Formats: sequence, structure tokens, C-alpha cells
Amino acid sequence: MTMMRYAEALNAALREEMQRDPAVFMFGEDIGRYGGVFKVSKGLMDEFGEERIRDTPISEQSMTAMAVSAAMTGTRPILEIMFADFMPLTLDALVNQASVFSYLWEDQVEIPFVLRTQGGGGAGTGAQHAKTLDALVAHVPGIKVVAPVTPADAKGLLKSAIRDSQPVVILEHKLLYNMRGEVPDGVDELVPIGKAKIVKPGNDITILATSKMVLEAEAAAKQLEKDGIDAEVIDLRSLRPLDIGAIKTSVAKTNHAVVVNEGWTFGGYSAELSATIMDHCFDDLDAPVERVAMPDMAVPYSEPLELAVLPNAEKIAAAARRALV
Amino acid sequence: MKNAPSIEEQKEIHYKMVLTRRLEETLGDLVKAGKTRGPLHRCDGQEAVGVAACAALTIKDYACTTHRGHHVYIGKGMDPRRIIAEIMGRETGYCKGRGGHMLLGDVSTGMLGGNAIVGAGIPAATGMAMSIQLLKQDRVAMAVFGDGAAQTGICHESMNIAGLWKLPVIFLLENNQYGLTVRQEVQSPIPDLYTRAAGYGMPGEVVDGNDAVAVYRVVAKAAERARRGEGPTLIEAKTYRMAGFSTSDMGGYQTEEEMKPWLKRDPIKLSAAVLAKLIGKDEITEIDKAATEEMKQAFEVALADPLPKFEIHAPSSAYSEATQ
Ligand SMILES: Cc1ncc(C[n+]2csc(CCOP(=O)(O)OP(=O)(O)O)c2C)c(N)n1
Ligand SMILES: [Mg+2]
Repeated sequence: MTMMRYAEALNAALREEMQRDPAVFMFGEDIGRYGGVFKVSKGLMDEFGEERIRDTPISEQSMTAMAVSAAMTGTRPILEIMFADFMPLTLDALVNQASVFSYLWEDQVEIPFVLRTQGGGGAGTGAQHAKTLDALVAHVPGIKVVAPVTPADAKGLLKSAIRDSQPVVILEHKLLYNMRGEVPDGVDELVPIGKAKIVKPGNDITILATSKMVLEAEAAAKQLEKDGIDAEVIDLRSLRPLDIGAIKTSVAKTNHAVVVNEGWTFGGYSAELSATIMDHCFDDLDAPVERVAMPDMAVPYSEPLELAVLPNAEKIAAAARRALV
Repeated sequence: MKNAPSIEEQKEIHYKMVLTRRLEETLGDLVKAGKTRGPLHRCDGQEAVGVAACAALTIKDYACTTHRGHHVYIGKGMDPRRIIAEIMGRETGYCKGRGGHMLLGDVSTGMLGGNAIVGAGIPAATGMAMSIQLLKQDRVAMAVFGDGAAQTGICHESMNIAGLWKLPVIFLLENNQYGLTVRQEVQSPIPDLYTRAAGYGMPGEVVDGNDAVAVYRVVAKAAERARRGEGPTLIEAKTYRMAGFSTSDMGGYQTEEEMKPWLKRDPIKLSAAVLAKLIGKDEITEIDKAATEEMKQAFEVALADPLPKFEIHAPSSAYSEATQ
């Protein structure tokens, strides 16, 4: 085990996978000389050169489509999209290219392509730099989506993503890059895509959370403990494929569920989660599923406004209490 | 043909450039004091581009700018106190604190947007020009955008359409040598981006972006052409980003050596030198003082303004009953 920051864990995953496989390369804006605006690719250009760590013009749309076709033809591209808010520019390549050809041409091509990006609010970055937009990509068939919270999961999931033969979107969170945690050593320490993790076991209510909301859910569980409520907090880690087994097992035990996601509410990832629970756990539920997500509006800039729209521990605890009345 | 600024206009341009510089410097101080929120993109060194270009337009003309648009805000005649209030997240800001410094918009001055999606202002201005053409209005639209934005796909699409339909739009490419941390030559195989105009059937002009009078002249010419129905112009203003990418920039890639000649050619110093010959040094000192004082007072008032209270944005609501 080594103690490291989330950004360092991602950096280690990139370095190890690039050392392991010469077909792996990364491109994106400011990732080379500067090492990325969140320093995830720090030092990699010096080690791997300007071809395998490429600074690009501001051309997200072409870059994503290029990554898809490069992946079909023998390389394993990793594309960094600086903010998740720019994902709309990547969508044609994901929606109309990557997801289509992987099915239609199945036996002929693989698309081992990783799109790394980061989203989320709380840093005063304004309406065009604070969104989550996980539902946009999780909506697309044939694309895997993961959202690590701990440094260990960041490293292990990124490595799994790079080795996967399908496109994988990895959603990081801007407020997680400096968080520290123990990370297992070893080049082949992977975290499997599609496996959720129980971060706090409990018997009274299941709280399903994604990305940084897992930390808020853990804080909510502590608040609930004071009221004698024993919440189980599950970090989904993989948004798609979704670990339906973990959800079923937990809800069968607790009979109550709160779903937490930083994206918009309507048509958001929280909507998918609550529909999934309805589909698979209806008979186990003693109360309707409670949702905690972002209100359907632009993310405001001013601090009191931004804090008001973000889901947090208090909102999650209140939702859990509502479910349990 | 009116394509040179009058002395009065030159004085006003100088005044607004000083206003903008004081805005940036004071914001810089507030950042150091930990009193701001989120990153800020200062336009020190580029004041002549935004201010003089807007001076060559009328208040009815539209301007779209970028994440680095304070000079366009001031150039278009927006109120410093309300600009600062927005940057500081106050209720009295142009967007009631909802937008922050990159996303101001003000219909009354035709400043239709700062924009933090790189390149987004280019089709925005092109669309406004389409609307002007359809409504047969005596107006032009101007997109101010960076050398980084010039590499986006929508830049190509917008310029092609504007050339094709002869839209009354001015593409003012503010080449400050960098897209974030990446030098212009790492982003484009050609050093002179204005030459691309040929591919879109429009004139391409290059101008010293630190020379306010030269910027005014070239924009005025493009505006006249647009008003005559002859279509768009691409103008590349060569300038330099003096205060780094943003306040969260760790720097280290803009060398002192590279910066030196540009600091010597500070647009405010250049403008002062030109104006001194026309109105004398004393009056320039007066202009500097007055602008400095106006900005100081604007900060005092804005910083005492209240923070906003949160309300749900009803028109965004997902359920019709909530908007009834
Ligand atoms: C679509 C998009 N991609 C990337 C970014 C991140 N970003 C913000 S500013 C910037 C550089 C822009 O360079 P330029 O257009 O030259 O403007 P300047 O900062 O030099 O004024 C980048 C890459 C963004 N905001 N939007
Ligand atoms: Mg630039």
C-alpha cells in the first residue's frame, strides 16, 4: 500500500499502463508540458515523449471521433476532456459512432478507448464548468461509465478501463483530486468495472451514491446514527454496467432506499437508479424510493446559490428520515 | 467613411482601457486576499482589442466575448459597479450573482455574452448576424474570440456559413499567443490565422492588437462593409496575455524574456504616447486619475452589496404544476 492523492493514483495508473503496453497513448488539452490542469498527467510527457502524450488544439469533437477510430485500428487511446461540461461536444462520436459500430461490426473491431473527464460543483466555477452530466453518457448503449471516489478505486478502475476492449468513460470529480488514501501496489491490481462497494454496512436503509456524493452519504450516515438509524452506504463505482446484485441484496435487507447523484433530477442518473430499484426490488420496498439530486436548473456561481443547489449530507439525511417515517 | 477615431473617442478609449486595467489589478489584489471565488481570467495587455473594437461599433451592435471578456464588458459601456458585483457574486450584479465573471450578459448594451465554452461566441455572433439580416436591421454582430477558439470545429462551420450568406458579422480573433498553457504554434500549423479568411471568401486583416487606433480603424472598416451587406471580415489582432491564463494558473511557461517586449508595448502606454501628442500629458494624467477613481468607487459600492438569496428557477422546472 502507498498513501497517495487521487490525482497521483490516476497518474500512477497511466504511467504503469503506458509502460506495460506501447499501444496506450493519451491526448488532450494542456496535458503534456503543463501536466494537465489537474496535474493528472504530470511528468508523463518527459517519460513517454510528445507522440504518446499529446497536447492538442481545442477540438473536442474531432478528438473524440479520432479516438474511436484510432481505437478500432490498433491503438488504445486515452482522451482527456478537461471538464465534463464539454461532454456535449463529444457526444456524436459516442452516440453515433462508438456505440453503433461496436455492435454492427462486432467481430471485426474492438474499441479500447478511454475518455477521462471531471465534473461536479462546489468550486465556484459557474454554470459551464460545474455540471455532472453522467446521465448523458450512461444513456449510451455499449459505453461503460465509472466514477471512482477513492484513490485506490481511481487507480484500479482507470487501469481496468485502459485494458477493456469497449469504450469506457471515467468521471472524476474536481473536488476529489487532492484527497488522500491508501492505494495497493502492483501493476496488476485492478478494480473490476461493474462492481459496487459497501462503504458502510447497515440494516435500516440503503443509500446508493455516485462519485463525490458517496462522501456526503457517509457523512449523512453518521448524522443518522445519532438518531439510531443504521444506514448502509453503497458506492456504485460503476454507473454502467450497474451492479444490480449489490442493490438487490441491500434493499432486500433494509427495505428502504435513498438514491443520491449530483446530476440533474429530471431524466438524471438518480431517475435511472430509482427506476431500477422499482424494477428489481419492488416487493422488498416498505416506502417509495427517495431521490437527492441537483434541481433542474443551471448551476449558479455565487456561493450561497451554488451551495443551495448541491446535494449534501443534510439533504440526504432528511431524505432518509422521510423514507423511514 | 468614418474609420478613424476622433480625439474625443480616443480619450474615451483610453479612459476605458485604464478602467479595465484597474478592474483587473484590483481583482488581482482581491484574489491574493482570498476574497474571490473560482478562477478569474484577466485581460491585462489586451485592453485595446476589446475596448477599441467596441468603440468602433454602436450600442445597438452586438458583441459576444469569451471567458476573458472584461475589456468587452467595459468597451460596450456596461456599468463597472454591476460588473464587479457579478464577479463578486452579489445580488446587484448583472446576473444577480448567478453567472460569475465569465458569463455576463446585458441586452441594453448589446453585450450578448461572455462565454466559458471555448468557441461558443463564434456561432453565437453569426446567428445574431443572421437575425439582423432577416430583420433588415442596421446592426452588426461581433465575435471576439481567442487563438485557441480558432481551432474549434464550430469556428470553421460559422465562418463558412457567414461567408456563404454574407452575414453582417465581424470575427475578431484576439491572438494572445496562448490557448491556456499551450503556445499558438502547438495549436496551429500556421502563424497567421487571418489568412484563413481566403477559404471563406471574406477579407482577412491583421492588426497590432496593442494599438488602439489601429484596432478601431480595422473594426470600423469591417463594420461598414457588414452594414453595406457585403458580408463578414476576419480580423486577427496580435496581442499578448500579460497576467497568465487565470488565477488558478500555476504559470512557469511564459518566460520573462518572452514577456519583456510586450510589457514595453503595453497598450495603455502606447495609447498614452499617441494621445499625449494630441492633448498633452496633463490631460492624460487627469484621465488616468478619473478612471482610477471611478473604479475605486465602483469596488467600494459593489463590495458592500448583499449576496443573493436562492430561488428555484421556475422556467427550468421539470413539472408543469411547478411553473403554474
Ligand atoms: C470547449 C472547451 N474546451 C476547453 C475549455 C477549457 N479552456 C478554457 S479557456 C481555454 C483556452 C482558450 O484559449 P483562447 O481561445 O486562445 O483564449 P484565451 O484564454 O487565450 O483568451 C481552454 C482550453 C473550454 N472552456 N471549453
Ligand atoms: Mg489565446
